[in-house]
Amino acid sequence: MAQEKVIDVKNLFASFDDEVVLSDVSFSALKGEVTVILGGSGSGKTTVLKHLLGLYPVKSGYVSVLNKDVTHLREVEQVELYLQMGVFFQNGALLNSLTVAENVALPLEQHTNLPKKLIREIVRMKLGLVNLEHAYYLYPSQLSGGMLKRAALARAIAMDPPLLFCDEPGAGLDPVSLQSLDSLILDLKNQLGMSVVMVTHEVLSILRVADRIVFLDKGVVAFEGTVKEALESDTQVVVDFFSVLKDHPR
Amino acid sequence: MFIRNRIVGTIKKSKLKTTYQNGGLVCELREDMLYVSGSLTIYESAYFSDVIGKTLKSAGQPDITFDLDQLDYIDSAGVMSLYFVKDMLAEGGISADFRGGGESILRKLEIFSPDKVYQTASPVKTGFFEKIGTDVLLFFTDYVFGFILLAANVFYWSVSDLFRPKSRREGEFVNQSIHIGVNATLIVVFLSFVIGYVMALQSSSQLRTFGANIFVVDLIVIAVTSQMGPLITAILVAGRSGSAIAAEIATMKVTTELDALKTMGLNPIRFVVVPKMYACLFTMPFLVILANVAGVLGGALAANIYLDITPEIFFNRAAEVMSNKNLLTSFVKSQVYASIIVLTGSFYGFRVVRGAEGVGKVTTISVVVAITLVILADSLLGLLFY
Repeated sequence: MAQEKVIDVKNLFASFDDEVVLSDVSFSALKGEVTVILGGSGSGKTTVLKHLLGLYPVKSGYVSVLNKDVTHLREVEQVELYLQMGVFFQNGALLNSLTVAENVALPLEQHTNLPKKLIREIVRMKLGLVNLEHAYYLYPSQLSGGMLKRAALARAIAMDPPLLFCDEPGAGLDPVSLQSLDSLILDLKNQLGMSVVMVTHEVLSILRVADRIVFLDKGVVAFEGTVKEALESDTQVVVDFFSVLKDHPR
Repeated sequence: MFIRNRIVGTIKKSKLKTTYQNGGLVCELREDMLYVSGSLTIYESAYFSDVIGKTLKSAGQPDITFDLDQLDYIDSAGVMSLYFVKDMLAEGGISADFRGGGESILRKLEIFSPDKVYQTASPVKTGFFEKIGTDVLLFFTDYVFGFILLAANVFYWSVSDLFRPKSRREGEFVNQSIHIGVNATLIVVFLSFVIGYVMALQSSSQLRTFGANIFVVDLIVIAVTSQMGPLITAILVAGRSGSAIAAEIATMKVTTELDALKTMGLNPIRFVVVPKMYACLFTMPFLVILANVAGVLGGALAANIYLDITPEIFFNRAAEVMSNKNLLTSFVKSQVYASIIVLTGSFYGFRVVRGAEGVGKVTTISVVVAITLVILADSLLGLLFY
């Protein structure tokens, strides 16, 4: 039986001020897998992600997230869809005026009727999952880069979303922190069955967590397949990207 | 689909059992057994922790067992609500235990177990007097000393860079002068004119009563040139440019631009603050002169309309009243106010914490403090030049 698709993009086209950013982009992400969207600067990764997140309207093509066609979603439907997904922004995007715990509790307080005491316990548990229990009362400005990322991940998974989007989660992290973040993402996938769509450039991170790779180049999908297929691919941009492994074999 | 889950479920009762249903969750209570089936997710957790918890508490059983064999799916909130109800029952002297459950359920019960939750100690609350003491100490060490230190630094580099023209960025002084001075001209002139006019208007009825119409000229000329002109100008510049200085420096700090300057071997005070100080010190006297002229013109218009004092009489009298002391007062005040505005804006800009929110906060505080300091300085200078 074919695996269920959590993301399905067909013939997506996007342009800004007559400049074509995406032309005929089609790919899919499967349930329970980590799909990594790759590509050089200006290849359209962020634009694709913003279309998936409903931040850019789909002008041409078809985009489905969790089996919902996001092309013509009403605002209330979009909000319902947001509740099914967690978003882990590149810079964390935690609200600076709130403590780490308040940031994580925010979606729980806003979207559920859970008792406050239970919310506090859930927040502690989520922070525990990302090894950030001690940051409960701290403000984002008091956290280091790695801690900020983990706090952002805790907020993204606060509602136990079936689908998690990560925008460059490893950017600016040291290799040890990056490895620990990758382990967390793998745990979320393996233990909770979460599907993950990730935009990243970190080659080691891709090898650790990715099940599938979607490689964008100049606004089109240059390659789509498993990591193994990517490593064996003869598509030039993919070969160039992974050549770092040949140059510096481990 | 609901956005907020409601604590509404259905309850079916028979002699032997009671069934509770909410969303995908079905709970069946048979004496001391609670059979939990279906799914227990974040959306059913509120119902479970509230309705089921209270029901079990009032069921009158000393022991309750949760049978999880029929539970298909549970998420982290579901696990937490199970433990939440268990704790709730324990508080009422009822012992509760879990039984059964598939592999995936047991794994999640283990992963999300509250035993793994690290209990963080609440921050220590300081006493009232301790807080007052700390705040007073902080005010002197952090604010007063910090402000004096910044002022010393700024004046040192301002004077020192006067003799090192190469150290100044080309065009920066002109840019800042335009931004701080030239762009503020219209609003300063307009408001000064209106204030001069209103002052003459308000005093005209009183002066007319005593037949002292001509003294409106003395009042306007002295009040505007030595008091209102510099003060209005300073308040407007503080609101307009002081806030911009604080916001600019704060943003630079938040975006680590100041750190970048330091790592390039550039002194942020010298690079960012000193050009603003030069510009403000240079343009403020001109703004004050314009404010004085506009205020006097406004007074002259009101005097002409309400007291029939012709412009010729007004300006002849004004020339007699006006003294060098008034002009000197104006000039000295403009320099003091300019320094206060730039220093306050910079001081709060450098103190920013907590990102975007902090920028807004220091900007607001810097304007309030700058205006307060300007008014305090005005009082002191008023006594000095009395």
